[in-house]
Amino acid sequence: MDLKTLTFIVVGATFALYIAIAIYSRAKSTGDFYVAGKGIHPVANGMATAADWMSAASFISMAGLIAFLGYGGSVFLMGWTGGYVLLAMLLAPYLRKFGKFTVPEFIGERYYSQSARIVAVICLIVASITYVIGQMKGIGVAFSRFMEVDFTHGLMVGMTIVFIYAVLGGMKGITYTQIAQYCVLIFAYTIPAIFISLQLTGNPIPQLGLGSTMADGSGVYLLDKLDLIVTDLGFREYSTSSNGNMLNMFLYTLSLMIGTAGLPHVIIRFFTVPKVRDARASAGWALVFIAILYTTAPAVGAMARLNLINTIQTGPIGSPTGNVLISELPDWMGRWQATGLLGWEDKNGDGRIQFYDEAGLGDKAAAYGWAGNEMTKVDRDIMVLANPEIAGLPNWVVALVAAGGIAAALSTAAGLLLAISSAISHDLLKGVFMKDISEKNELMAGRIAMAGAIVVAGYLGLNPPGFAAQVVALAFGLAASSIFPALMMGIFDKRANSSGAVAGMLTGLGSTLLYIFWFKGWFFIPGTEMAANTADNWIMGISPEAFGAVGAILNFVVAYAVSHNTAPPPEHIQHLVEDIRVPRGSGQASAH
Amino acid sequence: MSGNSKGAEYWKRNLSLMTVCLVIWFVVSYVFGIILVEPLNAIKIGGYKLGFWFSQQGSIYIFVVLIFYYASKMNKLDREFDVHED
Repeated sequence: MDLKTLTFIVVGATFALYIAIAIYSRAKSTGDFYVAGKGIHPVANGMATAADWMSAASFISMAGLIAFLGYGGSVFLMGWTGGYVLLAMLLAPYLRKFGKFTVPEFIGERYYSQSARIVAVICLIVASITYVIGQMKGIGVAFSRFMEVDFTHGLMVGMTIVFIYAVLGGMKGITYTQIAQYCVLIFAYTIPAIFISLQLTGNPIPQLGLGSTMADGSGVYLLDKLDLIVTDLGFREYSTSSNGNMLNMFLYTLSLMIGTAGLPHVIIRFFTVPKVRDARASAGWALVFIAILYTTAPAVGAMARLNLINTIQTGPIGSPTGNVLISELPDWMGRWQATGLLGWEDKNGDGRIQFYDEAGLGDKAAAYGWAGNEMTKVDRDIMVLANPEIAGLPNWVVALVAAGGIAAALSTAAGLLLAISSAISHDLLKGVFMKDISEKNELMAGRIAMAGAIVVAGYLGLNPPGFAAQVVALAFGLAASSIFPALMMGIFDKRANSSGAVAGMLTGLGSTLLYIFWFKGWFFIPGTEMAANTADNWIMGISPEAFGAVGAILNFVVAYAVSHNTAPPPEHIQHLVEDIRVPRGSGQASAH
Repeated sequence: MSGNSKGAEYWKRNLSLMTVCLVIWFVVSYVFGIILVEPLNAIKIGGYKLGFWFSQQGSIYIFVVLIFYYASKMNKLDREFDVHED
């Protein structure tokens, strides 16, 4: 059976499974639609949270970025896991005790203010839409590859499927579906990693394989070999190449961590556990399931980089026959070329491909007879999907990875679209503008909001402001700078009042958006950026992806200063804060 | 919750436990993984440079342990102050 047919069958079978679950447990009331009844076990909730959380950015994009960033890719690894520690300690138990449906509801009540609620909704929508743009990039990559069409067409097919999928189910469908999706995606991620780790190091556990010696009998450690070969080709040393300066690494990681704890679609999951103590444990279980992928990803990245280089640099560097002949390029390269995400050009006319860093190699390239890097396009987001093909693994593994990538992107896109739709229908319409809207119309408004969000995100996803994981990082920065400080101060500072929260959120979101748009284009429209997005132009070397941490600090400072210089919150709010700090008396879990 | 001073004591104990956990959280990621990564890289465990290992493996394992440690300590604290659920 050829690869394309096999991929269709595997992807189709997993899809049929998700849709069957979604239909079987269709949302029946608005309460179900948002939080699936408050009766889900922490382990199940943890697994569903992990599926919800690990999106195209984690599955498709992250290891590819690590492959090319090396040590600098650590910001994603630490940033997207460390946030759960904050979530478990600073937010989840208290928000569960508070016991409402959505994040803006908490902010609206805690700050006894409709304007605070509306500002929170705006922050939530901005962060979530940015996040969905990143997912769309990943979805486009996955669909274009497995249908063997160009990226634009792949993206359009993907958008249609996301739409049907998200509109069909509510959260209830999604919780059980997401458990199935977690199983598919973790299997799809680890199986090829195990095979590749075995091939390269003889150790079946990728986390250990990355620290092992090569299986070729040379006794050289894999990471040392990788460091050596990339530096010989002019690239930066793999295990030490930093992502910008140390300040940027620090703020980038911090931004992703506090963004994790501020993203509405993750927080909403902690409203669904039966008890406060389950909220703490749920965060732990979610991180266990996430860590399985996140500790595998560095191995996937490093091994993919090594395999990619070995595919092209087949012999000694600089020798006239040391590079692969174009006529002998492996099939996978041709298949990815069709998507427009991989490209090469024989600049020196030797019939072979050279892949190196022009600036890093300098004069040596000319001595080798090389006329420039000939891998003209290597989209980082293709690395994970191409990885099993690069390693020559059997077709069913390749098909499985495609199914896993699509599962990851779909599950997160659905969770985010749900957060957007509940923000608009529940928080804005029912909560503020149309208080007497019927349940039926509220559901309808939610679905229309979803459709709108998909179209906007799909359009911007055609020319995304970065690789999928980088776009998602921007979304985290926005959530970090706006929502997290308001939530945290709401719990830990009784004195925090509505003017402080509103001023803080607007400062955080405004400053971060401005910094991002300045370098990435207004509303991410290409060509409208005010300055080139290079380290020289950034303030103190802080990249737009890392700026969310700065925005969050500004948010905290402004919220604190304003709160402590204006009237304190009313008595009953101070009692509310005292009440959410203790577990007893959390609402009974409803049956599911 | 019975009495405000008891509530304040519970909250204080929670905050100090939280502080200990967050200090560890900060040290394994930001200090070992970023600030001190270069000196730590001089030490190797297997093929891993130590700073690199903390930033791409070690910090994640420690995060998981931290959450479960905090959750179990808090469960005990809830009972001690009689604020646990059911």
